[in-house]
Amino acid sequence: MTVETKLPYDKEYIDQFSKERNEPEWMRELRFQALEQADALELPKPDKTKIGKWNFSQFKHTAPGDAIQSLSELPSELQEFLDQDNLPENLLIQRNHSVAYSTLSKDLQGKGVIFTDIFTALEKHGDLVKRYYMKDAVSIDEHRLTALHAALMNGGVFVYVPKNVEVEVPLQTIFWQEDPELALFNHVLVVADEGSSLTYVENYISHNEQEATVANVVTEVIAQDNAKISFGAVDNFAQGTTAYNNRRGVAYRDATVDWALGQMNDGNTVSENITHLVGENSLSNAKTVSVGRGNQTQNFTAKIVHFGKNSEGYILQHGVMKDKSTAIFNGIGKIEHGASKSNAEQESRVLMLSEKARGDANPILLIDEDDVTAGHAASVGRVDPVQLYYLMSRGITQEEAERLIIHGFLAPVVNQLPIEAVKNQLTQVIERKVY
Amino acid sequence: MAGSTLEIKNLHVSIEDKEILKGVDLTIKGGEFHAVMGPNGTGKSTLASAIMGHPKYEITEGSVLLDGEDVLEMEVDERARAGLFLAMQYPSEISGVTTSDFLRSSMNARRGEGNEISLMNFIKEMDNVLDYLEIDKNMAQRYLNEGFSGGEKKRNEILQLMLLKPEIAILDEIDSGLDIDALKVVSKGINKLRDENFGCLIITHYQRLLNYITPDKVHVMMQGRVVKSGGPELAQRLESEGYEWIKEELGIEDETIEQNA
Repeated sequence: MTVETKLPYDKEYIDQFSKERNEPEWMRELRFQALEQADALELPKPDKTKIGKWNFSQFKHTAPGDAIQSLSELPSELQEFLDQDNLPENLLIQRNHSVAYSTLSKDLQGKGVIFTDIFTALEKHGDLVKRYYMKDAVSIDEHRLTALHAALMNGGVFVYVPKNVEVEVPLQTIFWQEDPELALFNHVLVVADEGSSLTYVENYISHNEQEATVANVVTEVIAQDNAKISFGAVDNFAQGTTAYNNRRGVAYRDATVDWALGQMNDGNTVSENITHLVGENSLSNAKTVSVGRGNQTQNFTAKIVHFGKNSEGYILQHGVMKDKSTAIFNGIGKIEHGASKSNAEQESRVLMLSEKARGDANPILLIDEDDVTAGHAASVGRVDPVQLYYLMSRGITQEEAERLIIHGFLAPVVNQLPIEAVKNQLTQVIERKVY
Repeated sequence: MAGSTLEIKNLHVSIEDKEILKGVDLTIKGGEFHAVMGPNGTGKSTLASAIMGHPKYEITEGSVLLDGEDVLEMEVDERARAGLFLAMQYPSEISGVTTSDFLRSSMNARRGEGNEISLMNFIKEMDNVLDYLEIDKNMAQRYLNEGFSGGEKKRNEILQLMLLKPEIAILDEIDSGLDIDALKVVSKGINKLRDENFGCLIITHYQRLLNYITPDKVHVMMQGRVVKSGGPELAQRLESEGYEWIKEELGIEDETIEQNA
């Protein structure tokens, strides 16, 4: 059963929106085509979660976002994302869907690294964007939400690292959804060309407790032959936002795509993290942690698909559920025919903190090749009373002991985030959500 | 009087409705080292776990008092803060929590709010004990007991004991699975604590630990009770003659906790 989601924005509106931003013709055409497809396509059908009645149509599509002259103008909750004693050389702050602040070191500029907002990228590096935009990773016509995304895309960043360039300092992005009713159709496109490497970290934040809106985010991460991408993120949309978050990676020969994702939204959320190991010897470590609270319903998919021989995929999915929240955790390892000598490992664990919370861990292995190794582990349970006993036997109170165990359970992602401030901020978000 | 006193009176303990301890009496005072010996399955570890408050054990009768305070009325953490410590036979593994963070939280819990140890002093104190126990300093940054060898876990228990400085410690089979070098190091740590303010209950079924730590009193457990007590010479005799003579003397056929009829 689906509710009719009549689009509040038509072709004429999109044409206008696109022209105002001087988008290339191909982009405008892509938007029109996507708009047509959106009408015909169904919503996605995440396993065991009914999203038919979720809000995907109530939102506004534009809002101003003024630039700031200095980082000190940021509100304190955004200051928290920045290492204050080591302010980032490579930072982009998107306020609503405009750039508020942007900096890239001279060194990286000189090496040809591109780190800019998606509209500037379309203007200045149109061909490069066109080569990758919704081609290798996510397709426009997967379902209504991908098509809507393509039609209404209103923000995002483009990262490109040229051949053999190694970016040692993380690139940091903050998506600051200041307007409580603004929808974010954000597109993040990260491309590492052959033999290059980079680390990218992003934060999403909004404060719309009451106002309803939508986040429809598509992230495409492409590692060409022998490239290495380490991708970190903390999602923290407020309760009013219905979020569809699609992060997809593609790793070609000898390439690595690693993920460390803190999925900390407070509203209803469908979050997919899928990596295609296309090339031989490609590798992905996908680590995700989540906390559910209040009445929110969430559906998390962590999936790695092996096409290349000798490819390795490791999924770690940890979730903590409290109050009356519900979440489905799908951990899927898929090995296609021909991907011999591949290894797929996955671990999905859910910690239940309340009687009324619901959490399902579904580990799935789909294997079409004989000569492979694979394994999975899944569990849903409460805080282990024997672990609690051990910590308490040293004088630690029950509350503090539970805190230690929960933070420990979510540590695999916290520890992997390469920016100290973002690590601390995720720890604080966890603290706020759990207590 | 120096030190604390732990009094165990007529302690009866069940697990899943099966009675394991059937009336244990023991008093440990500051300055005293007691050894509780006995074959496997006679209730020694149950005694240790019940005193500390393990969730699986149910006290059905009797009392445990620390300086006159009712221990059984206390939560597990309150027992620890009151001065009890149990070095566990099977310490839990806690993923994501570093040994160092755990040690610091434990020490601060014992010291109380407003009296927390400074980070510098903590590191200094921890490093000293790590050296003393010949533990690799990397252990402090590893997750608590995760992937530790049997010997590392035991040393970690003694590390905690030495940092927390309890009034009364119970050591549950701290010698099991240790090679002779590790056994010597662990014993060295325990002996260092010996003074009039520290009482210790050492549970073991091997005499060999008592070659390194001399007990003041030795108790033998069978069938969920203390059946014989004596001085260090009792341990010597058990080493050379085993437990059979006690069973004969007391007319015991099966020393273990018999199944419920």
